[in-house]
Amino acid sequence: MNRLERSRLRNGLLFALPWLIGISIFYLYPIAGTLYHSFFEYPVFSPPTFTGFLNYETLLNDELFWITVYNSIYYTCMYVPLAVIVSIFLALILNMKIRKGISFYRMVYYMPCIVPMVGASLLWMWIFNAHFGLLNTFLRMIGINGPGWLASATWSKPSLVLMALWLLGPGIIIYLSALQDVPQQLHDVAEIDGANWVQRLRYITLPMLTPIILFDIIISLTLALQTFTRIYIMTRGGPANSTLLFGLYIYRTAFAYLNMGYACALAWVFFILVFIVTILIFKSSAKWVYYGGEG
Amino acid sequence: MRKKTRNLLYQIFGYAILSTIGILFFFPLLWMVSTSLKIDQQMFVYPPQWIPNPITLNHYEIVLTTTPFLKYFYNTVYYVTACVIGIVISCSLVGYSLSCIRWPGREILFYITIATLMIPFILTLIPLFMIFKTLGWIGTYKPLIIPAYFGAPFYIFLLRQFLRTLPKDLLDAARIDGCSEFRIYWNMVIPLIKPALAAIALFEFVHRWNDFLGPLIYLRDETKYPFSLALQYFQGIHEVEWGNLMAFSTLVVLPVLIIFFFTQKTFIQGVKLSGIKG
Repeated sequence: MNRLERSRLRNGLLFALPWLIGISIFYLYPIAGTLYHSFFEYPVFSPPTFTGFLNYETLLNDELFWITVYNSIYYTCMYVPLAVIVSIFLALILNMKIRKGISFYRMVYYMPCIVPMVGASLLWMWIFNAHFGLLNTFLRMIGINGPGWLASATWSKPSLVLMALWLLGPGIIIYLSALQDVPQQLHDVAEIDGANWVQRLRYITLPMLTPIILFDIIISLTLALQTFTRIYIMTRGGPANSTLLFGLYIYRTAFAYLNMGYACALAWVFFILVFIVTILIFKSSAKWVYYGGEG
Repeated sequence: MRKKTRNLLYQIFGYAILSTIGILFFFPLLWMVSTSLKIDQQMFVYPPQWIPNPITLNHYEIVLTTTPFLKYFYNTVYYVTACVIGIVISCSLVGYSLSCIRWPGREILFYITIATLMIPFILTLIPLFMIFKTLGWIGTYKPLIIPAYFGAPFYIFLLRQFLRTLPKDLLDAARIDGCSEFRIYWNMVIPLIKPALAAIALFEFVHRWNDFLGPLIYLRDETKYPFSLALQYFQGIHEVEWGNLMAFSTLVVLPVLIIFFFTQKTFIQGVKLSGIKG
């Protein structure tokens, strides 16, 4: 290594130093720590005792754990496809060639995402209110007797999904900028060949969007599984544990029941499940993601 | 002629559908403000009234007089400002290292950074809590603010995406002229990446203003609460008093909406940047 290379290495490390420390203290150490503590019984105020795989065995017989797994699968399977479809649909609409004001509409569609989640949750509790809420009032106007939404164990998860569709802003913006990158010539050529709007969407636009769709699926999935604040404020996991997701269950185990060891085991199992699903999606992506043109 | 009519129809259709969906996105917020200005009897009438009559500021009065609202405001501003400063300094340094200095290992560090983006917060939460408890930092803002001075993966990723587009020859020329790395970073790169720094500052501002879980775990004393936690605490006291809850929500939401309104260009530019493939 010559002098130049040495000085580059030194400078590179020096400038990256905050993050090197940050990664070690705030990521690597805690991740290992969670794994380590998962083998202990650890009530915060007394020292931990080693219990081997006991936490993991408890977990298999823990009814709430299986409810949480079921809720997570239910919620993500409903939310992720809807999020992708609705985001693309809204991006297509925003991509219409209207004369003026597109940035205004873009701002309006994005706006809900910057509303503080606690405020948004209270607002949606009010909208979902079975008797006086906006939603049921509206349904009554068109002659439908609305369900109890958040108060009903059947409708609580769909309610959470519905609210989440209000928060698609970043995805919409990203799809929109990808749509604007689709070369106009492709559309022109297809149009000359007699392709209609639907065919162009199916054979040009969607294939060009697939890398972004993959990115969006992964992000939506990770975020959906980590939903916390909305549930904590609106339902506290109820009714009848129907909205209990991993974030809340782990939080409760750790900070309400002070059962840190078991919470760590839950966190690791959760992480492994997320990791496996992510890998599966990446694996499947070779079949449907189109990386033409850019190499 | 036919083409002209078709285009006109297209325009009308475009505006109609954009506005309909726009209203759907906007209605909930309007409903919040409208509820906050209504008297209690009017809140539960059918069909619902969009325009309060009479308009009352009673709910706002209750919020401002029964809670230490100014204290909450001060706490929030303190928390947000301290984090924004930390993030801008630390992430710009790291971003510079990852894209402007050619050193062995920077690719690996970049991939690790991307990997940390995928780590669920819940996986690191408990040991971090233990560390801060050992340090005696529980009940203070330290566990919330200090990590911001050590970088955050999403912003580092964003800055790197932006820095990659800078002409590298310029930096090399400066190096040949004997400029130190720090001067290149400070005098050349920082001015060039101001738009990206503004975007991450805005993201961090909104993120911290809205942050709920962090304060929930680390703060104890009600007088130290930022808005997000204070609002939830207020909800606990005023369970179904929707007027009061919506008034407090409006007061918390409004500053962010105003800032967003004036900075939306920078903001949306930043969101776009996050979608560009590495």
